[in-house]
Amino acid sequence: MADNPAVDQKSAKANFASDQDVRWCPGCGDYAILAQMKKVLPEIGVPREKVVFISGIGCASRFPYYINSYGFHTIHGRAPAVATGVKLANPELSVWIITGDGDSLSIGGNHLLHLCRRNLNVNIILFNNQIYGLTKGQYSPTSPVGKRTKTTPYGSLDTPFNPMSLVLGAGASFVARTIDRDTKHMAATFKRAAAHKGCSFVEVYQNCIIFNDGAFQSVTDPKIKQENLLYLEDGRELVYGADNDKGIRLEGLKLEAAALNGPESRNGLLKHQETMPDEAYTYLLSKMTERPDLPTPIGVFRALERPTYDEVFMQQIDDVTQKKGKGNLKELFITGNTWKVD
Amino acid sequence: MKPIQDIESVTIRFAGDSGDGMQVTGNQFTITTAIARNDLSTLPDFPAEIRAPAGTLYGVSGFQIQFSSEQVHTPGDAADVLVAMNPAALQAGLKYLKNNGIIIINTDAFSDRNLKMANFQENPLENGRLKGYQVFPVEMSRLTKEALETVDLSHKEKERCKNFFALGMIYWMYTRSLDPTVQWIEKKFASKPVWIEANTLALKAGRNYAEATEIFTTAYRVVKAKIEPGIYRQITGNEAIAIGLIAAGEKAGVNIFYGSYPITPASEVLQYMALYKNFGVKTLQAEDEIAAIGAAVGASFAGNIGVTATSGPGVALKSEFMGFAVMVELPLVIINIQRGGPSTGMPTKTEQADLLQSLYGRSGEAPIPVIAASSPADCFHTAYEAVKVATQFMTPVMMLSDVYLANGAEPWKIPDVDKLSPVDIHYARAGDAYAPYRRNDKTLARKWALPGTPGLEHRLGGLEKEDVTGNVSYDPDNHDKMTRYRAEKVARIADFVEEPQIYGEPQGDVLVISWGSTYGTVLTVVERLIKAGKKVSFYHLRWLNPLPHGLETHLQNFKKVLVPEINLGQLRQILRSRYLIDVTGFNKVRGLPISVQELQAEIEKMIEEL
Ligand code: SF4
Repeated sequence: MADNPAVDQKSAKANFASDQDVRWCPGCGDYAILAQMKKVLPEIGVPREKVVFISGIGCASRFPYYINSYGFHTIHGRAPAVATGVKLANPELSVWIITGDGDSLSIGGNHLLHLCRRNLNVNIILFNNQIYGLTKGQYSPTSPVGKRTKTTPYGSLDTPFNPMSLVLGAGASFVARTIDRDTKHMAATFKRAAAHKGCSFVEVYQNCIIFNDGAFQSVTDPKIKQENLLYLEDGRELVYGADNDKGIRLEGLKLEAAALNGPESRNGLLKHQETMPDEAYTYLLSKMTERPDLPTPIGVFRALERPTYDEVFMQQIDDVTQKKGKGNLKELFITGNTWKVD
Repeated sequence: MKPIQDIESVTIRFAGDSGDGMQVTGNQFTITTAIARNDLSTLPDFPAEIRAPAGTLYGVSGFQIQFSSEQVHTPGDAADVLVAMNPAALQAGLKYLKNNGIIIINTDAFSDRNLKMANFQENPLENGRLKGYQVFPVEMSRLTKEALETVDLSHKEKERCKNFFALGMIYWMYTRSLDPTVQWIEKKFASKPVWIEANTLALKAGRNYAEATEIFTTAYRVVKAKIEPGIYRQITGNEAIAIGLIAAGEKAGVNIFYGSYPITPASEVLQYMALYKNFGVKTLQAEDEIAAIGAAVGASFAGNIGVTATSGPGVALKSEFMGFAVMVELPLVIINIQRGGPSTGMPTKTEQADLLQSLYGRSGEAPIPVIAASSPADCFHTAYEAVKVATQFMTPVMMLSDVYLANGAEPWKIPDVDKLSPVDIHYARAGDAYAPYRRNDKTLARKWALPGTPGLEHRLGGLEKEDVTGNVSYDPDNHDKMTRYRAEKVARIADFVEEPQIYGEPQGDVLVISWGSTYGTVLTVVERLIKAGKKVSFYHLRWLNPLPHGLETHLQNFKKVLVPEINLGQLRQILRSRYLIDVTGFNKVRGLPISVQELQAEIEKMIEEL
């Protein structure tokens, strides 16, 4: 099952807005994500009744209430587990997991990893705002070292998780990053995620205007973002900067930024390949955000198809049924040694 | 011919090293006994260690069977016969043996080294330690090897057949036919004819030895019991759970989704379920206990029947999802196969100490119906009924079993598939004006609306719901109303499920109330006491929540109420607080079933003191 079975023309126009009042803080990045999702859903060709949004707990996790499809607002961190049951119960459903950095990288870290390794054919959108919003401003597993919050008045000591490295390591077959402020890019990324057959992981840099405003300023401020952003495009060299005057090269086992001046300087520039089977390259890309001297890549890091869990899961049931014949209760009851009393 | 003596019931315990084949021996004796039409009950006693070193005390593997011409409800407190294949088996088995009991010993295993490993300073065969028992020393290893002289196997391989030699002797002692076991051997070793020859020879040699030698003087006969006609098979509690779940799924016409995480003693249920994919059973070995129930809840949301099984520590981890399932009102079955606790406790030992956890172990007012199985075969009916109530009432249901039922086995009268009661499901249909929390007048259950159905799109979640619409609501009165609905819905289950019948007179001196696996012991004791003219009756609770309507009246009709439990008085506490009535407890928390003897003594004392 791909995420997009036959396009249903009627539902393509269907409105995915629910009748519930949206209750995020004014100015929250979540609004932009919701708007793009509502725009994209009619375009992915899945009728509304086959779409299921599943979330855990947190600001982001209110999301399913605002989409007029099936929705399941579950418990903190556990949306991937619930989604696994939903998808295996009915593989025809297009399943979307909405989560945040606390939800999926802290309390639900385990489930996220196993979802990726199994390669269940679902889409997971992680709203990363590097803070706990719903509980009013504590540091999160993606907050930088030194971050001062209510629970870290003298600065956080924890080394943050790199979500991209984490899911790549866990075997996610589709990995992408986008930004709440870049609506076009976000819509395109969601569409790609929906189209990918397998576990699609999208990290969205999301601004929490109340508790962590400006966390992603370097990649959202129009004045400076060009120098700090690298748009990944399949088959295109890793080039960035306002004038496309910088590129990324591999020096030994490290990535290096190089100034591009003249044709010679383009030698050895890395060319982006989403389907690179060798994980090392994608992993290096994921690590760029930890290097102050390198830009932040956004776009699709990897899109590599491999068998999906729901597919092989259902296949095995079919195979066993073929081999053993459809189960018969009467026969099951009398398996083993039986005896008759008359 | 030696004389044959009729007896009513016998308990035999087979004990040997893990590698001695005691489980096979016990199971073979069981089948043969069942075919000879005795009633029976069995209990294997495996070592906790996976591969315990040979000859050690903790490596002893045991199998106990009680069989009788009357009805049998327990595998027997103490054994009449102990078959000990080595010194460790003797050492470990003595405490299960009655005074003057029979011990059949494989003397070939009584080397100095084995004696030492079994903590015998001296050879108990020589120092009078076994005085007061009837001891039959037999060189089983040597005799087996001799009997197999012509067979093309190594010495070591031949020696491995000694369990069949022992079985042959016991068959002679209890005037049993060898045929069922010979047939089994032929089927089991069909591809290895040399083993058919060897095992069959050993079996016959054992029988012939007992017949011919002087040491056994008497054989025994247990006449046929009155057993309901039908087709039977042996079944353990865990296998019965799996089959019960599958049967319920088939009857409902819905796939069972079984999410679980390996834990003793529940893993076996997952192993069985994973075998039956051709019934459309979906099994997920999840990454942890929480994911296991989470996936089950997800599957229920999407239209399968979600089931998860675990033991107490796993239930602790699942409790948040159980509360969630109460809130979203979806069908779900949680099976707790209880073991000794708290914490890791005694994973291979039995206990009934998770009753209060099942009833109350969640945040908020989160009532969950709780049903407990009373015997290994009853696990089938209990699992079936749990699914039935879960779907009919759109609620999570907790089913309780325990180590004793999980591993124990008894004959199961195979039910008629066509006569199994229907499993009702009320779906919302496309085109319905669907309100997620509109309730059925009688059951208070909401309807199940499956993703994929056009027009029924709705959102569920753990936040409080507005009555009827299911929208998120913080309204105080609405919360009060919904809390009462959830409680009332569970309470109403009592109107729909079968009321337990009182055993014995409806009034008298002592009413014994039990739940779960103590059923067999209590029934045995009460049967005996009634026979002896005592005014004792028995009421066994199948549903612990809701409690049956008739319970209160029964409580008032007896001078004393006794609740035996393998905990410190959990049901007793509930009965006292709920009915404001004095209830006495009989509580043992030793990781073992309560014995018939100790319970009988307790009740007799109680009657005397009246
Ligand atoms: S707290 Fe932050 S993340 Fe949460 S809704 Fe408000 S702005 Fe958005």
